This record gives sequence, structure tokens and C-alpha cells, in this order.
Amino acid sequence: MKHTISVLLQNKPGVLSRVTGLFSGRGFNIESLSVAQTIEKDISCLTLVTRGDNAIIEQITKQLHKLIDVIKVTDISDTDYVEREMALIRIKAEAATRAEVLRIADIFRARVVDVSQKSYSIEVTGSHGKIAAVTELLKPIGIQEIVRTGSIAMTRASKKY
Amino acid sequence: MKMTGTQAFMKCLEEENVQTIFGFPGGSVIDLYDTILQQDKIHHVLVRHEQAAVHAADAFARVTGGVGVALVTSGPGATNTVTGIATAYLDSIPIVVFTGQVPTALIGNDAFQEVDIVGITRPCTKHNYLVKDVKDLVPTIREAFHVARSGRPGPVLVDLPKDVMNSMINFPDKKPVEMRTYKPTYEPHPGQIEKACKTIMKAKRPVLYIGGGVILGNAHKELTEFARKLDIPVTMTLMGLGGYPGTDPLSLGMLGMHGTYFANMAVAKSDVLIAVGARFDDRVTGKIDEFAPGAKIIHIDIDPTSISKNVDVDIPIVAGCKQAMAQMNKWVDACDYDIDAKKAEFIPWLDQIKEWKNKHPLGYVDETDIIKPQFVIQKLHEMTQGDAIITTEVGQHQMWAAQFYHFNNPRTLITSGGLGTMGYGFPAAIGAQMAAPGRTVIDVAGDGSMQMNIQEFATVMQEKLPIKIALLNNGYLGMVRQWQELFYDKRYSATPMEVVPDFVKLAEAYGAVGLRATKPSEVEPVIKEALATDTCVLMDFVIAREEGVFPMVPAGKATTDMLLV
Ligand SMILES: Cc1ncc(C[n+]2csc(CCOP(=O)(O)OP(=O)(O)O)c2C)c(N)n1
Ligand SMILES: [Mg+2]
Repeated sequence: MKHTISVLLQNKPGVLSRVTGLFSGRGFNIESLSVAQTIEKDISCLTLVTRGDNAIIEQITKQLHKLIDVIKVTDISDTDYVEREMALIRIKAEAATRAEVLRIADIFRARVVDVSQKSYSIEVTGSHGKIAAVTELLKPIGIQEIVRTGSIAMTRASKKY
Repeated sequence: MKMTGTQAFMKCLEEENVQTIFGFPGGSVIDLYDTILQQDKIHHVLVRHEQAAVHAADAFARVTGGVGVALVTSGPGATNTVTGIATAYLDSIPIVVFTGQVPTALIGNDAFQEVDIVGITRPCTKHNYLVKDVKDLVPTIREAFHVARSGRPGPVLVDLPKDVMNSMINFPDKKPVEMRTYKPTYEPHPGQIEKACKTIMKAKRPVLYIGGGVILGNAHKELTEFARKLDIPVTMTLMGLGGYPGTDPLSLGMLGMHGTYFANMAVAKSDVLIAVGARFDDRVTGKIDEFAPGAKIIHIDIDPTSISKNVDVDIPIVAGCKQAMAQMNKWVDACDYDIDAKKAEFIPWLDQIKEWKNKHPLGYVDETDIIKPQFVIQKLHEMTQGDAIITTEVGQHQMWAAQFYHFNNPRTLITSGGLGTMGYGFPAAIGAQMAAPGRTVIDVAGDGSMQMNIQEFATVMQEKLPIKIALLNNGYLGMVRQWQELFYDKRYSATPMEVVPDFVKLAEAYGAVGLRATKPSEVEPVIKEALATDTCVLMDFVIAREEGVFPMVPAGKATTDMLLV
């Protein structure tokens, strides 16, 4: 099963390689990875998406926690959460298809971030599934380049009063 | 007080009560070595290869229960430590390895003797550090010792650039190390202790399966008390030997691939298996699905990642082995169960085990004209009253030592269990003898392994260490040969040692004593002479060449599928 794991860690040199080394060394896979500073400048937040049965996910979270620089590990998939990815996509857009590209962009609430005579570049944000859907629709028109971020995710705030 | 980085380094070692360090100099640590010369509180042992420095520091830690320290130069000095570090990592041994590094301005430039040793050792250290600023030096060293010795212990590496060590600092006051991200759990959860004890009280066929954690966690007393309180038989992993007295009637000896018949049978038929500081290694479990199939499993370990890693555990207890066993003793003492009645219930189980013991005791076929290696170990045991510190290399001789030197005390078998590092035992003997100057230290060696760190004779002689080497010389890489014999139709590929040195002469070349025994009748006199000699002695026992280690569970087979003598 797919799991999204959020890891708070000390922002120190080599810490990312401790995390990725753990995954490669123990044969766990990483589907996506995204990392940036939090509001505390010496702490980073890393979101990673991985797959495995419960025993594997349990090992992954325990092993992550065992790393000395790791502060907190949360399997976000156990919670109610929001997850986002972003993609920048450059699409061939000539006279015949320019309108179509814009229409698709519009449907997915993507924004045009760059224009040339032969292409549009759009920015699209959403779930993994949404990004997959946009790229699927744009493919026949001609994707020239695509750059995607990994997932980032956050547990929803409690709605109880 | 203002001082250089190198002086602060020495002061940190003093703070940690380090009296002995093992090392080898070079350009990047030349200033450190200059500082070593100007003091006399810390004794530096000059090894002849950096791998040996780490093994010696590792054995020093295993014998004393403290932290071992090694110091080497950058580049090749640092890479030479990797096998030693990995050896300590797999056996959870607390050591701190200090490596020199090129000046910070040159890092990343492929400078002379520069390697990214922090990168190289990341997967085989508990943690490691590169000190980039002299103001971090002292806190980093303090943290390194703290991390190495606490929780599940392990090796820590600290990389020290030359310029950092030559900078000036004010030595900061000592305060307890506080780490936001690292706080090991020692005390068990009372609810889990109760669950575990109640499960044991309902058991009919319980077995204690203990590992290195019992020794590292100094839990042997509490564990022994618990086993005897309830008459629960105890089996030990290689790393757990000595954690419970090996000559005690409740001892089943070692389990696993070369474990005893009765230990493997007892585990297989148990209904409650109490794992204490052990990690269900494949050499112990054999085919994992058939390991203790009918047992509820209680697992006590300080490292949460060890629990439910290889087998599903019914009752996990994350705690120090000592603390957990102490709480279990307390629980049993205070409980309402009739302990004598409980012990009576275990009698049929103990009788069954006795029957297994009688049916297939640990043994070998004795011969009159050729030395059997098991006989040598038995003689060593007898003639040292089981009181020596035994280090081993890796191979058949290691298993014979584990099987036939019935270790009664913790920290007396010093062996590379997890990594299985040939060449470990001899430098380990150096560390052991430095740690316990008055004790008899014997390296049980094989002819193959002995040649992997043979250069350490020079260190032994320089330090005047009375180490004894019992070389079980079969002219083969015997353990591999045994696999080839059993599973590869005797195709002895690359296992005969076609050229071997004359080990007696080799010992003599270094100024040590060499003795040889070729007949069983010579074994006792040779050991006697060696033990009476106060310098290093190598005993070359020419043994039955194709003797095998039995019982044996072929790799991947169930532990009840044993090949017997
Ligand atoms: C550094 C290293 N290389 C290779 C091995 C694989 N290996 C395990 S036991 C063994 C044979 C050891 O031979 P020897 O020291 O003569 O001991 P014996 O088995 O003959 O008692 C070998 C090659 C190892 N454990 N360590
Ligand atoms: Mg041999």
C-alpha cells in the first residue's frame, strides 16, 4: 500500500543522505521525496511517499526514527490529510491546438506561466491523480517538457470543538 | 582556559576516563600525535594496521563495558578502519573512531589523502560527525561518546580536519549531553511486563533465548535470577554466550546453525519463547517460518527496530535488558502465583530436554593419533578453569570455541558475530589484554584468519602483552571447505591453503614463542608451557584436516533439520 510519511529532521549536512541511504541500504523504495526548511531554520520537513505492507512500513518508520538527526516521524496516511504535488508542463501549442491547451488548463485550474509562439507552459497543482489526469490529456497535443515536485502532505486540523 | 584543538581533544578523552587509545599516525593527525607525546595520562598503542586499531578498541570496549577509542589519519588510514567499524556496528559495540581529515579549505578538492569518510561510514556507524569549526569540537566529542555508549550502543566516527585541530578555543565547561532528537528508553512499560509475566505463568514449555544485549546491557545477574527463579532453560546466541553460565544445568548452550541439538529442539517445541537482547538473526532462526512455530514470542530489546523485524512478536518490550529483567523478577516475587507449583509443572519439559541432551549431546569422534580441534578447546577450558578471555577469528575454530569452551561469565567470549570478520581475533586479543592485564587472554585462531592481521605480532611485542594464540591449523579455509564438502560435492575451490607459513618460526621472527603439537598427547604439555610463559606464545595445533562443525543446520533449512556428528 502507498504511504506518505512526514519526517521532521535537524537541518544538518548529510542528513538527507542518511535518509536516502537508509532506504537504499535496506531495500525500501521511495516513490517521491520532497524536502524544505520549516519556520524553524534548523529544522527541515521531509515528505516521502513509499510502498509496502504493514510490516515494511513499521520498519521504515522505526528505522527513520532511529536516525539520530530525526525529530519526528508521522505516517500521514494513517490520518485525514491533504496532499499536493505541482507540475510545470510545456506543451506544444500551435494555431490549431492553442485554444484546446487553454481549455484543458482551465478545467484543471492550471495557470499559464510562460508563453511563446509555439508553446504554453502551465503550472498545475493538486493530488497525484489530478496531475496524472492533466498529463494524460495533454500528451496527444505534445508535451515538450515536464517537471514535477514530489508530494507534500499535511494532516488536517481536528474539526472537533 | 585557552588551548589548541588537539589539547582540547586530549582533555575530552580524559573527561571520558579514557586511558588507552589504539592508533596509527599520518599527516593529518601529526599535530594530535605531537600533543599525545606531551602528556602521560593516556597511553597510545601503536598498531601495525588501522583495522587492528579499531578491532582492539572494540575488544577493549567488550571487555571493560566502556567505550573503546581509535585514532587514525585521513585517506587510507580512514578507509582501513571501515571493516573494524562495520564489525563493531553489527555487534553493537561502543567505540569512537577519530579520523584525521585534510584542512577544511581543501575538503571536496580531491586533496592528497582526502576521502569522504563520513559518507563512506554513514551506513555502518550509529552516527558520525565532521567537525568543521573548532567551537563545535568539544561538544561533538562529548556527544559522540554519549551516542556510542547509550541506548543500543554502536560505533561513532568523528572526522577532524587538520586546521580545526590547530585552532585555539576556550575549553567549555562540562555539562550533561542533552540531545533533542535522541533519548533512548531504558525502563520497560509496566503493562507489558505484566503481560509477559502472565504469559510465562501460563506456559508449559518456556525457553529463554538470550543474545548480546544481555551482555552489553549488563543484565546477566537479573537474567540468571529470573531463569533460576522459575527453572526456565536458557539458550544463547553466539553473542549471548556467557550471559548465562554455560555449565549450569539450565543452560542449553548455543542455538542456531551450529547450536546444540537440544537447544534447537527446545526452541522448536517451546510454547513461550522469551527473547532477551537477541535479534532473530538468520543464523539463529534458519527457515524463518519454521522457527518456534508454536510459541508466543516475548521480545525484550532496547532497539525498537529489532522488534518484529524478522518475526512477528506477541509481546514487545522496548527496554534495557537489565531494567526489564529486574522488573520481571520483581513481578514474579510479588505475584500471587504458587511458584513452586509452577516449577513442578515445568518438570516434564525439563525431562524432555534432558532426554534430548542424552540422545544427542555435543560431541565429536575422538582419535588417538590425530588432534581433534574440539579436544584442544576442551583442554584449554580445563587448564584455564574456564576463566580465560577467549577471542576468536572466524571460521570452524570460532564455532568449536563457542561450543566447547563453556563460557560462564559475560565479557569472556570476544568474537565477531554479526559481520564474521576474519582477522578480528588477534587485534581483539590486544584490546582485551590491555583492558584486563592480569587475565589470561587466548586468541582461538584458524590458519586462514591468522594471516589477515598477522602484522599485529609487532604491536603485541611492543606492548609486551602475554597473549596466547591457539591456532587450530587445518590447512584449509575450513568453514568454507565444510560447505563445499557438504553442499558442493567436495569441490574445494580456493579453500586449501597451499602455501602456509611456518607459524612457529613466524612467531619467533617477531620475538614471540612458537610451540607446535601434532599428536593428542602433545596438546596438554604445549598448553601448559604456554600458560606458564609470560610473553606472547603461538601454539600451532596441527589438527584433523577435514573435521567438520556439527550439529549443522544447512542455510535456509528449519533448525530441526540438523546434520549431526
Ligand atoms: C574477511 C573475511 N573474508 C572471508 C570470509 C569468509 N570465510 C568465513 S570462514 C572462512 C575460513 C576461515 O579459515 P580459517 O581461519 O583457517 O578457519 P577454519 O574455518 O579453518 O577454522 C572464510 C574464508 C570471512 N568470514 N571474513
Ligand atoms: Mg583453517
